Amino acid sequence: MSRTAAMVIMGAFTLYFLVPIFWLLVSSTKTLDNFNSSAALWFSPTSAQDFVGNVGRLFTYNDGIFPRWMLNSIVYATVAGALGTILSAMCGYALAKYRFWGREALFNIFLGGVLVPATALALPLFLIFSKVELTDTFWAVFLPSIVSPFGVYLSRIYAASSVPDEIVEAARIDGSSELRTFFTVAIRLMSPALVTVFLFQFVAIWNNFFLPLVMLRSQELFPVTLGLYTWNSNVSQYPELRTLVLVGALVSIVPLLVAFLSLQRFWRSGLGSGGLK
Amino acid sequence: MTQTAAEPAVVAPPSPRSTRPRKPFRYRKAIAIFIVPFAALFAAFYLTPILYAVFQSLQKVEREGTFGAPTQVFGGLSQYALVFQNTEFWSSIGRVLLFGIVQVPVMLLLALLFALLLDSPLLRGKRFFRLAFFAPYAVPGVIAAIMWGYLYSPSLSPFSAVTSRAGLLDGGTVLWAVANVVTWVFVGYNMLIIYSSLLAIPTEIYEAARLDGASQWRIAVAIKIPLVVPAIVLTAVFSVIGTLQLLTEPLVFRQFTSTISSTFTPNMLVYSTSSVPNFNLAAAFSVVLAVATFILSIGFLRLTQRKADQ
Repeated sequence: MSRTAAMVIMGAFTLYFLVPIFWLLVSSTKTLDNFNSSAALWFSPTSAQDFVGNVGRLFTYNDGIFPRWMLNSIVYATVAGALGTILSAMCGYALAKYRFWGREALFNIFLGGVLVPATALALPLFLIFSKVELTDTFWAVFLPSIVSPFGVYLSRIYAASSVPDEIVEAARIDGSSELRTFFTVAIRLMSPALVTVFLFQFVAIWNNFFLPLVMLRSQELFPVTLGLYTWNSNVSQYPELRTLVLVGALVSIVPLLVAFLSLQRFWRSGLGSGGLK
Repeated sequence: MTQTAAEPAVVAPPSPRSTRPRKPFRYRKAIAIFIVPFAALFAAFYLTPILYAVFQSLQKVEREGTFGAPTQVFGGLSQYALVFQNTEFWSSIGRVLLFGIVQVPVMLLLALLFALLLDSPLLRGKRFFRLAFFAPYAVPGVIAAIMWGYLYSPSLSPFSAVTSRAGLLDGGTVLWAVANVVTWVFVGYNMLIIYSSLLAIPTEIYEAARLDGASQWRIAVAIKIPLVVPAIVLTAVFSVIGTLQLLTEPLVFRQFTSTISSTFTPNMLVYSTSSVPNFNLAAAFSVVLAVATFILSIGFLRLTQRKADQ
């Protein structure tokens, strides 16, 4: 394959991947009136001020429900993601570094959890949460989001390859307790993989749609995905929502893009570890 | 594990010189502290719902007369009989299988092609392409579906000259419209997994091949692809699971077109059955779907591993 052919293929697909996002950016600078009348893939002379106006309306519409949704998504994704990452790291580390009875059985059970479709869990979880009257609460979405079997899988693989037994042993000889060794030495050696685990979990929670859809009724608890979904289903009755859906969609992907770009250095080295065996 | 956690550590602090464990359960307290938090949450939010779904699927609702109060009684496998007699269930399964047979190979072949190009000396601006192709992964499924819903729309799309004639959201093509959204989101992600595993191959291997006069193409086919098979298998398993779970994108597309029924995919069938509400039947659907996913992904892993061993 020639150099030109390679560049042409990659160039064509760059358009495929980026044009929809560019269209979203352009659309969010349009008022409802000039959405259809002006060129769809380029800015209009009033784009800057219209964009500011759109964002302003997005953040104030319905008593500021949109910033509330963003905040909810951020809390669900960062707090549950961080907690889940630490728990996965601890568990994966123990499975990698200690020999104990039932270790492989336990690991296989957790690994089986990777293959269980999250959507198959949502419905029985709803029934269980409704017995303890926790549906339509913050906890209904937060608590199940903490558990990430894939995080344990990645942590175990990475702990086995990046934390040498000699270092753990040396820490022991220095009188460090097992927990202290983990939190001061091992966790640092595992950090590239843990950033990956966190990012995967962050994305999974941020993108989660079915669990909140099943669990939540109150709009003020919605994550941004569910919020925009309900707005989009009301577009035919309230046409002004169409602009808000598009601006909201743009705003909602910014945190993920920022997280990916700023943590690139870490997750790129960690991403491969899942495929190695 | 919980029992061992309650007991005090039986082992005295290690003497400075001892490096070999004297007892097999030397660090049981530490092990318990590491494992129990995750295991407890896993039991609560994975195992319990699975067992509860199985339990629910074995129940049925009985009423005394037409208007009597409903009571749940043991129903044996009656719900499962209903599952397999349900024509909507079979057509939704057929739909996602067709989807998976086409979409998963297309997506993974594209991902492999991009990863090989990124790894070859043919390309300039690798950093840019890597980020551009991966960017859609940062777009949540709901948002991606809303975006593409507009792009497909005959009237709202910037390409309405094409879309008003193509009928992308019509009954015959809407499945592929969904497939395109899923592909758009996940190609870059799968590309990066395969690419990272290409980067892990020591370059001396290529040097040897190049000295023997092998072309880039030959190196890719004979050396690189076989070495990244484990990564491809991993992406394939996740893609298969994702296909069977298909829900978000078609659910969002219902807001743009009436060609998607409420039972378009198995998961949508579960959702619509549970909002009837018929929890017992919905639970039976969930169990069958989870078992099918499990068998397919394990089977796939076995199949590819056996091939790799030969």
